[in-house]
Amino acid sequence: MGVVEKKFFTFAEPPHEMTLESGKKLGPVTIAYETYGALNADRNNVVLILHALSGDSHAAGYYRQDDPKPGWWDIMVGPGKGIDTNKYFVVCSNILGSCMGSTGPCSINPETEYPYGLDFPFVTIGDMVQAQKALMDHLRVKKILSVIGGSIGGMQVLEWCVRYPKMVASAIPLATTTKHSALAIAFNEVARQAIMADPHWNNGDYYSGPKPDLGLAVARMIGHITYLSDESMRRKFGRRLQDRSDFSFNFNADFQVESYLRYQGTKFVERFDANAFLYITKAADYYDLARQHNSGSTVKAFSKALAKFLVVSFTSDWLYPTYQSKAMVQAMKKNGLNVSFCEIEAEWGHDAFLLPSERLTALMRGFLERVTHEI
Amino acid sequence: MKSENGIIRFDLQIVASWIEPRSKVLDLGCGEGDLLYFLKTHKQVEGTGIERAEAKVARCIEKGLSVLQGDINEEVLDYPDDTFDYVIVSQTLQQVYEPDQLIKSLLRIGKKGIFSFPNFSHWGIRLQLLRTGYAPITKQLPYEWYDTPNIRVITLKDFRKFSKEVGFKILKEVAINTHSQDRYGNIVTFLPNLRATYGIFLIGKDPSS
Repeated sequence: MGVVEKKFFTFAEPPHEMTLESGKKLGPVTIAYETYGALNADRNNVVLILHALSGDSHAAGYYRQDDPKPGWWDIMVGPGKGIDTNKYFVVCSNILGSCMGSTGPCSINPETEYPYGLDFPFVTIGDMVQAQKALMDHLRVKKILSVIGGSIGGMQVLEWCVRYPKMVASAIPLATTTKHSALAIAFNEVARQAIMADPHWNNGDYYSGPKPDLGLAVARMIGHITYLSDESMRRKFGRRLQDRSDFSFNFNADFQVESYLRYQGTKFVERFDANAFLYITKAADYYDLARQHNSGSTVKAFSKALAKFLVVSFTSDWLYPTYQSKAMVQAMKKNGLNVSFCEIEAEWGHDAFLLPSERLTALMRGFLERVTHEI
Repeated sequence: MKSENGIIRFDLQIVASWIEPRSKVLDLGCGEGDLLYFLKTHKQVEGTGIERAEAKVARCIEKGLSVLQGDINEEVLDYPDDTFDYVIVSQTLQQVYEPDQLIKSLLRIGKKGIFSFPNFSHWGIRLQLLRTGYAPITKQLPYEWYDTPNIRVITLKDFRKFSKEVGFKILKEVAINTHSQDRYGNIVTFLPNLRATYGIFLIGKDPSS
């Protein structure tokens, strides 16, 4: 796709702050975003991509000619790809509460001129979507052809469909759920505890000193275990040793899987803020589509939706297993919604939605062409 | 199943001819979606399919059809009453574990049902069993007894009898003989139970039951 640019949109300037689900007020709010492709004359070819926990607005392309790494979903987004930027005007923004350009706990609190830390109010999946809606208004987009996202991004997809039903023509929730299971909450809690147990965390006030790198690295290691699967770990690592032929009989990283997790942890602290990790994981744990808007049940919640859906799950995803996708499909059907569902055979666990898959690419391409034709 | 020039299987051509334009259709066991695609492009039908095999589901969605991966017996349970104008079960009935339950669910969620299935009382089948003494293997039912997905053998007469037992109405029926890769065929009116390879039935609710 070539060189792309990160842009910023700031709104909710005091005294017009954004009211959050918790009742707290937040402003000003900045949202980092990127766009690819061109908006057509009818302004009806908009695809909104919603990222997961540690993602950002940089879904595709490169920031510079010599940039070594493209955006996080470059395999799917670009000219001629599953989400074809020759046809669609693609928007991806960094979620509220994150640390990749949008307002979050590491942003400067205008009242203190110091990073918010734990003074940052709790934000929910609904709040993230409310901020994305403000961005859509700013871009003068009234109708979205498709909202697409996996994992926590998928929760935002579902929230979009229920909160702004008339704006959303279609939706692709991937590897996601209408609410976290106890298992998912448990892993998040252990990850958060790892951060909070790091003495450098200092109750979230670490922006002028050493950061809780160790805690955040461990949190990321836990996350990575949940993104893989028994089978993928067996294939990728097995019990193979890293750079040695025998045990070291000390606590170095003997096994390849240990070495991999340590590497992922170390790499993560270079780009992510520990407090943002706490806030976003909590937002994901709080999310429950059935509770939103006091609907009481998932079936009732989807009665507000109007979009055409393509729901996709992956066989080896044990973080958001297929039964959770099937439950949401069932609720959609009970409301007479138009829904397609495919469980893709994949061994890579929850991560599968981010990995190259001809099947997923073809599904997205076919579905987007169809909904384009039907509007 | 589908030729280059877009002609669908002969039994599906008959099924398609029974369906009113712009109606809502559910195709149970839709395969790669040939019928749904035909109905969508020729009759502006709003179609949904249910199919078990991931690869076939994916082919359908790639073609722009609305299809769900799942087991037909379970998937029919979720729809509200009278969601569809027609529910189609083409060449799948012989694989259904509880056909009476399926037909009841089907007439709950749809106004009409369409069944097509291979006729087990075709003279060729009768003769094969009589002559060889082995379980018959035909072009329509091309499996050995030990690897067949077809757990039921049905004849046209059986289906009529079944309609009385379960309590549904047969609104229309056609017996056909197909050949040439199943794309061409003819309608059988003389001794259909003996001479037809397939039966196609349009069924509706029986108000008296």
